[in-house]
Amino acid sequence: MKRDEVLHNLKAAYARLWVRIKGGNREPEWLAAEVVMPVITLSAYIFLYKMVNAPSEYAGFVIIGGTMMAFWSNVLWNMSAQFYWEKEIGNLEVYLVAPISRMAILLGMALGGFVNTALRASAVFIAGILIFQVPMVLHEPLTAFLIFFLTIGALYALGMMFASLFMLYGREAWHTANLLQEPIQFLSGTYFPTTSQVVPQLVQLLSSLIPLTFGLDGIRRVAILGQGITDVWLHIIALAIFILVLLPLARLALRYMENLGKKEGRLTLRWQ
Amino acid sequence: MSHIVETCDIVRVFKGHDKPVKALDKVSIYIDEGEIFGLLGPNGAGKTTLIKILTTLLLPTKGEAYVGGFSVSKEAHKVRQMISLVSGGETPGYGILSASENLWFFSQLYGLSSSSAKARIKQLMTDLEFDEYAKTRMSKLSTGYKQRLNLARGLLNNPKVLFLDEPTLGLDVLTSKKLRAYIVDWAKREKEGTVLLTTHYMAEADEMCDRVAIIDRGRILACDSPLRLKQKLEDNFIMKVEVSSVQADFSFVDDMKGVIGYSQTRSIQTDTTSFKVMLTEEKIFSKIMLKLKEQNLKILSANEVEPTLEDVYISLVGRGFEEGEKTTHET
Repeated sequence: MKRDEVLHNLKAAYARLWVRIKGGNREPEWLAAEVVMPVITLSAYIFLYKMVNAPSEYAGFVIIGGTMMAFWSNVLWNMSAQFYWEKEIGNLEVYLVAPISRMAILLGMALGGFVNTALRASAVFIAGILIFQVPMVLHEPLTAFLIFFLTIGALYALGMMFASLFMLYGREAWHTANLLQEPIQFLSGTYFPTTSQVVPQLVQLLSSLIPLTFGLDGIRRVAILGQGITDVWLHIIALAIFILVLLPLARLALRYMENLGKKEGRLTLRWQ
Repeated sequence: MSHIVETCDIVRVFKGHDKPVKALDKVSIYIDEGEIFGLLGPNGAGKTTLIKILTTLLLPTKGEAYVGGFSVSKEAHKVRQMISLVSGGETPGYGILSASENLWFFSQLYGLSSSSAKARIKQLMTDLEFDEYAKTRMSKLSTGYKQRLNLARGLLNNPKVLFLDEPTLGLDVLTSKKLRAYIVDWAKREKEGTVLLTTHYMAEADEMCDRVAIIDRGRILACDSPLRLKQKLEDNFIMKVEVSSVQADFSFVDDMKGVIGYSQTRSIQTDTTSFKVMLTEEKIFSKIMLKLKEQNLKILSANEVEPTLEDVYISLVGRGFEEGEKTTHET
């Protein structure tokens, strides 16, 4: 790709990012709802753990889980199903006719989604820590940030791949996103650690296929249990592998689905 | 290659419920630089399929198409750098953003610098007379203004070839007229601006197009300037009669010799039927009038009319657009 072409695609990615941030924050009442509701959900789990006298660090696990869940929901609803929605409102046609890489659009969506969600997730995180006075034992903040950003990279790469696969979907896109919401929430251990003794081995095995599991466990170890990079290096490698595999897969899937759509005439077919 | 757009024996087959459906059947057309070219046909004739192939959204099953000398199937990226597509009845963009914000976003898909994009947006909004709505959210714009916004989006990159798919669909008469005038003016102003327009409005094609291809059931039936197409009907007689019942039966003309084709429009509101028939000889019309009198129908008017593009269509397929659409939907 030539320099001009790269700049052009970066402009397109930035524009898509800008739309997402502008659109996502124009109506502040949504911002409030997206912070208040998750805090209520977190509270329910924290109260439950307090009632059963679970170890005190479980409250921290829940807060980190709830924070990261915001990113997974964003990946599912605002990344994976996005091309489907764009098709329904007539935007996909415009994207496909424009002389840009479709990956630029996906990148813009991912970055915009990340910024929007980071605003909400930070608010949830801070509110949770302050309300429940959760003790943090953070010795290596850089390691925590590294795991966090690797998790985000892997999640959004997964979102890009789903977006490509969902491009030709009709209503199934909605159902598939729904189907992925709860099981991933359960398997990745959003509100409890899947590495604990009580979780069956099969669940532990399945959960290891999800980048969110590594991210959550790694961040919890570093931020709540005070562990360091020597304890979480496997997490870091696993997340880096996820990114390296998922990004090219997303690109391949996008190209394959676009060609299939052009052959079958399904790229701009709506209300399926 | 001297033509800016050229298709060579394009065939497009879709999977149907029972059997494959041939949407385009060996379509070969060319468009010269600076031309406004119309693709005229009833709904389901294959117009949108052809425009989707030319805008790289769909692959042909057979044949090849070129835009600016580039193959739409093998060099899609190069084709995309010189085209734009505006579809009527569509409002791409984001409802939560204002009109100018939406245009800025789309300008970035074509790599315009922010300053030139802003100047272009301002110019287009002024030209298309909706600059007062620049800061209005797209979701709050009326259908007419949304379509102006859609057209402005299509012109942001100053395309070499502008594809317009039913651009005035669902618009009121005044807005349609303004948009048509603007498109013609744009093509003239740009000199090299080429337009491919699909429409099922005869007057639109007649008023705007340098040349028109008449398409029906995936086949190009005729292609020439509107004037020359109509001149081919000079030897025929086109008669129009209006009768006072919506239930008037004109099926008797099917068996009459010298009837080239006909179309009818029924109005439930006024309980009238308007019937247009194309004849090889004027005297056949008196036989038709006799048959109508036998049905005890009140003749409200009867006169010879000038040929229109619809008459060209009738002369080619033996029926009007409405009958064509009915037949298409039934199949």
